[in-house]
Amino acid sequence: MTAAPPVATRGLVKRYGEIVAVDRVDLTVEPGDVFGYLGPNGAGKTTSLRMMLGLIRPTEGSVQLFGRDPLVDGAKALAGVAGFVEGPRFYPYLSGRRNLRLLADYDDGGARLRIDEVLDVVELRDRAGDKVGGYSHGMRQRLGIAAALLRRPRLLLLDEPTTGLDPAGMRDMRDLVRRLAGEGITVLLSSHLLAEVEELCNRVAIIRKGRIVYEGALRDLLATASTGYRLRSPELERARFVCLAQAGVDEVAQHDGELRFLAGEDAVGALSVALGQARIPVTALVPEVASLEELFLGMTEGETADKAEAVA
Amino acid sequence: MSAVAKVYRWEVAKLLAQKRTYLGLGAAMLVPLVFVVVLVLQTGGPNDVPLGRYIRETGLATPFVVLFFMSIWGFPLITALVAGDIVAAETHNGTLKTILTRSRERGEVFVGKVLASLTYTLAVILGMATVGTVAASIAWGFHPLTSLSGTKVSAGHGLGLLAASLGVYLLPLAGIAAFGLLLSTVTRNSAASVVGTLMWALLMQLLGVLPGTESFRAYLLGTQFEAWHGFLRTPADWAPVIRALWVCALYIGVPLVAAYVVFLRRDVAGE
Repeated sequence: MTAAPPVATRGLVKRYGEIVAVDRVDLTVEPGDVFGYLGPNGAGKTTSLRMMLGLIRPTEGSVQLFGRDPLVDGAKALAGVAGFVEGPRFYPYLSGRRNLRLLADYDDGGARLRIDEVLDVVELRDRAGDKVGGYSHGMRQRLGIAAALLRRPRLLLLDEPTTGLDPAGMRDMRDLVRRLAGEGITVLLSSHLLAEVEELCNRVAIIRKGRIVYEGALRDLLATASTGYRLRSPELERARFVCLAQAGVDEVAQHDGELRFLAGEDAVGALSVALGQARIPVTALVPEVASLEELFLGMTEGETADKAEAVA
Repeated sequence: MSAVAKVYRWEVAKLLAQKRTYLGLGAAMLVPLVFVVVLVLQTGGPNDVPLGRYIRETGLATPFVVLFFMSIWGFPLITALVAGDIVAAETHNGTLKTILTRSRERGEVFVGKVLASLTYTLAVILGMATVGTVAASIAWGFHPLTSLSGTKVSAGHGLGLLAASLGVYLLPLAGIAAFGLLLSTVTRNSAASVVGTLMWALLMQLLGVLPGTESFRAYLLGTQFEAWHGFLRTPADWAPVIRALWVCALYIGVPLVAAYVVFLRRDVAGE
């Protein structure tokens, strides 16, 4: 029997009156994933996370965390799960350490004994005695991670963990997430920061207007858009004739002093041989790799996305 | 320590860490002090209220007189300050999300909050009675108390009657706290809950003095603030005390059950 995945949502729907915030979302996060949950603001990421953590009730569908449904099993479904939505929130009139003590007492086991350890992990031990009301945004984010680590999680659900941080804070937070993932913690990271997702995640889901438009490996997603090639040569006109004559090379066009065309890897290999045989010098023959940003915008904005949705 | 006990302990710790808590508690302790100082400086007295005419006979009379005056809006306001805020403030600040994603069930969190609210109300009453008794005893001595029937009871017995009176006085205050908790849970807005709770308490008082309300006046929450008079009669009149017990049980139970159900089922989203 295989173990239940850290996160499995099936047909998840959340409606607020006429508005459908989340529309039939099916997600599966596998153990060890650093899973990016991508979408523009208002796409339904935070609502999905709230349902995963049992904070709001789905209108339809189900959420299972390691096989347990928060609606059915209550707080027991959150065993081994930690994280925050819309940024971590603490009691501003208590110190960082007292906030962690409070949360440790809201947990089972020896969470209190780990307070110093987690404060060290997020490098907040020196300021742990200060009231949280005086903390910077970055310090609160790090305290949020510390609060999550108190639970010794197997799954971390993080909603926009670097939002509002300065570049150094973002780097530190990403390093921390990478380190935690390296220790075997499964991470589900919601974000609209594409560079962050590209840097940290192995799998992604892209959500648009409450619906998933892509779920799978990030590598596969990027590969779907890398069918174009660019070719540069001092003898561009001759090179163009060779391209046009080559089987499997299509849509050859000259643009900005270079040739662009569509081709599979085999056809490109044959083309490079043909160019060599024709003694045409080649200064560059490179695949056009679409960035995650281009793919994301294509899936979430404008006509392309609407057409894709209509087809789906 | 049980889960509810842990939640309760932290709810009390949170109250102790907030200035607002001390405002209410301080006001409750200041009122009897001011009362004693004014009466020491003046010759008149609150002769029209229960035990008012005996106020300079013994320090024991003062807390009873303050109970009467503070029942109109003082104690309801102080009770509402915490009960109306205890859920709504956490919703507004987002900390409810923080604690509901730990290992405690929603029901345990709710019960901890109810117990903390009631503890605060108890502390307020005890604070007023202690300061009132001590200050008034310094001013006029700790002597036997004249009951509402005109008989004298020893100072020790009077102290016991005060404790019993505080106990039965807590019942309608707990009813106000329960209503505040309901508003706090449903509205998610501290100001609306505190003001709404106070308005509700004042409405109960108003209904009690309007003509035509005689048939149900005995069952109004405001009326139960007078139940302690039964202890001050010789022999003790248990009828208002027993009525306060079951009437207040309804005023406490119905809003608390409603608030509990809402708290268990509500969506906890950003405000």
